[in-house]
Amino acid sequence: MMAWVTDYPLLAALLALVGLGAPFGALLGFAAVRFRAEGNPIADEINAILPQTQCGQCGFPGCRPYAEAIAGGEAINKCPPGGEATIQALADLLDVEAPPLDAEHGEEKVKTVAYIREDECIGCTKCIQACPVDAILGAAKQMHTVIASECTGCDLCVEPCPVDCIDMLPLEESLQTWHWQLPAPRSNNLEIIATDSVTAERAA
Amino acid sequence: MRRVYDFHGGIHPAENKHQSVRSGIRSAGVPAQLILPLSQHIGAAARPVVTVGDYVLKGQVIAEAAGHVSATLHAPSSGRISGIEDRPIPHPSGLPAPCIVIDCDQQDLWTPHQGVADYRDCDASELLELISSAGIAGMGGAGFPTAVKLMGKPGRSVKTLIINGTECEPYITADDILMRERAADILEGVAILQHILQPEETLLGLEDNKPEAIAALREASASASHVEIVTFPTKYPSGGEKQLIEILTGKQVPAGGLPGDIGIVCQNVGTAVAVRDAVIYGKPLISRITTVTGDAVATPQNFEVLLGTPMQHLLDLAGLQPERCERLVMGGPMMGFTVTNPQAPIVKTTNCILAPTTTELPPPPPAQPCIRCGLCAEACPASLLPQQLFWFAQGKEFEKLEQHNLFDCIECGACSWVCPSHIPLVQYYRASKADILQQRRDHAKSEQARERFEARQTRRAQEDEEREAKRAARKAAAEKRTQLATQEGGEDPIQAAIDRAKAKKAAQQAGTGTEPAAAASALDTLRQKLEKAEQRLAQSHASGEDAKIVTALEASAERLRGKLTEAESAASEAGAS
Repeated sequence: MMAWVTDYPLLAALLALVGLGAPFGALLGFAAVRFRAEGNPIADEINAILPQTQCGQCGFPGCRPYAEAIAGGEAINKCPPGGEATIQALADLLDVEAPPLDAEHGEEKVKTVAYIREDECIGCTKCIQACPVDAILGAAKQMHTVIASECTGCDLCVEPCPVDCIDMLPLEESLQTWHWQLPAPRSNNLEIIATDSVTAERAA
Repeated sequence: MRRVYDFHGGIHPAENKHQSVRSGIRSAGVPAQLILPLSQHIGAAARPVVTVGDYVLKGQVIAEAAGHVSATLHAPSSGRISGIEDRPIPHPSGLPAPCIVIDCDQQDLWTPHQGVADYRDCDASELLELISSAGIAGMGGAGFPTAVKLMGKPGRSVKTLIINGTECEPYITADDILMRERAADILEGVAILQHILQPEETLLGLEDNKPEAIAALREASASASHVEIVTFPTKYPSGGEKQLIEILTGKQVPAGGLPGDIGIVCQNVGTAVAVRDAVIYGKPLISRITTVTGDAVATPQNFEVLLGTPMQHLLDLAGLQPERCERLVMGGPMMGFTVTNPQAPIVKTTNCILAPTTTELPPPPPAQPCIRCGLCAEACPASLLPQQLFWFAQGKEFEKLEQHNLFDCIECGACSWVCPSHIPLVQYYRASKADILQQRRDHAKSEQARERFEARQTRRAQEDEEREAKRAARKAAAEKRTQLATQEGGEDPIQAAIDRAKAKKAAQQAGTGTEPAAAASALDTLRQKLEKAEQRLAQSHASGEDAKIVTALEASAERLRGKLTEAESAASEAGAS
């Protein structure tokens, strides 16, 4: 055996590599079938970052499809409700540069909630069918109303309303939503120390 | 002598407490109007049970607790409800909030009330019920509903009951004066708390800068030795719950935990008195002791004031010189906040109103860059790294902030106080905490939206599937029916039924139609039908269709022929007659 190896070193090496490669390849192949990942884990992670407004402003029918599209290489800056924060989080996750929000798909706006002017509602159920999160309550020829706590502010119910009785109201600041703001950043003139102003005068 | 411990950091700001303790507690009387915010405590806002125009007596319930963590609200004086509306309240936001407004009739008539004869005969749940219905919320500052705090978690025993007589914040003397004047009441309240909690030991902790209070408490407790009075060197912020626990027991409350986790319950001395009044006299929490102080008032002093009294009323009693007062602070100079409207009322947690002059409490100088001197880390009583938190807060690095235990910050302001660059550090932490909480809420909401969206998707898919299945079932049934009909050699039963119905109609028209035109038209249609049937038969013969269909067509043609002859004979008979 050893004699054969020393006689045909090239052949021996080849055989050894093939002999190693074949079982490991088989092992990997088996693992790929046996431990196949259900769904797309990257898409799940992306979906967890997206704001779940389900507004479709990105051009996809909901956040999940957009997450899958991003996993497949779609641009990450098409989500206006998420805004810069979401783009930044996605960029961190995917380890890419964070581009500015694509204005084509809309701008980052204040959070709103749909409000149905109930006197004008004719009970057509069109908005109920449009709502992606089932946040509108009502029945045919009955007045409809929005469950404000479930509304994502996606705007999708505004378009189908035949009598234009749905308003998107910005969320009002209340004691529950109010919070302290970061102190205003230091104004620049405070950073000048005495010698700075002297040099500035000389330069002038 | 019990050993006392020390906590990390702390500062020694000018106390400025002597001004307001020159005279005793003074009653603030009944103002013309009382404004009672529905939310004076941590937890859900109370739910009003009165309507505008109702007459209420002192001590009557005007709003009941909404949920487990909430507190009942009572009328502090008799009068008529003149509104349930948004009014300015003492809150850093300056936003108005729903309040019940009472126009007092100055009669101050009590609603019938009665305490329990002997609290020792009552069990804990009964007493907790009394405390809860008296609307007592922690009087130290946070305003957590006391009954909920006393209830604790089931199955957890209380080892140490700590009564907090530590009033570490400068200027405030409300607890100090209470301990001086009502030491016996406090001890009575503590005895009730002991009866509820059955602790192994009870400690009343206060700093050594209150010798009068210590003497009063020692004297009162000489007869009843159920409470150990513990004094320790003055330092800010030893009045913080976690700091006081560390001073008295040497134990630290775990990060993110509650004192209950290490078998300790903390209660303020003011709360103890409120508990006593509720249990022994059946009086709900309708008044408290509030310090009015600062150089801008002529006579700084402590008032026993009805909840809901506008701050302006107290300031007038104390002799406010408005021209000297630039801003009004609720609470002390370290942790208090500016109140924008002096019409805001006193609430359950208002321990002090500070009306400082500008020289006394100057506006903070402009912030300079952080020089990393580390003084803040030395001063922090929670052993945090304030300068590090400051950098993360500026960069909005929320994950790092949480890793550096931002939520253990008690917002005492010691770091800002020592900062040589005058950086408003606490504001950074408050804003960051709020941002993080907001982010958590947003995330919870988006999770909910995602679940609802997915539920809707599956529902719609299911609906589509069901519709498709129904359609397929209908199609199969129809096919089966035609197949069955043709198998039996007969014609399509539906078509036959239609034919029968038509023939019947025709016969009726023929029979009842007195005018021969109707009968003639019926005859015509029959003839046309026969013609069509014969044509169809010829066609099928020509194209060589299935034998079964041919026989069926022949049968129907035969029947039509029979009908026609019948009708014709009937018509001719009718014509003959």
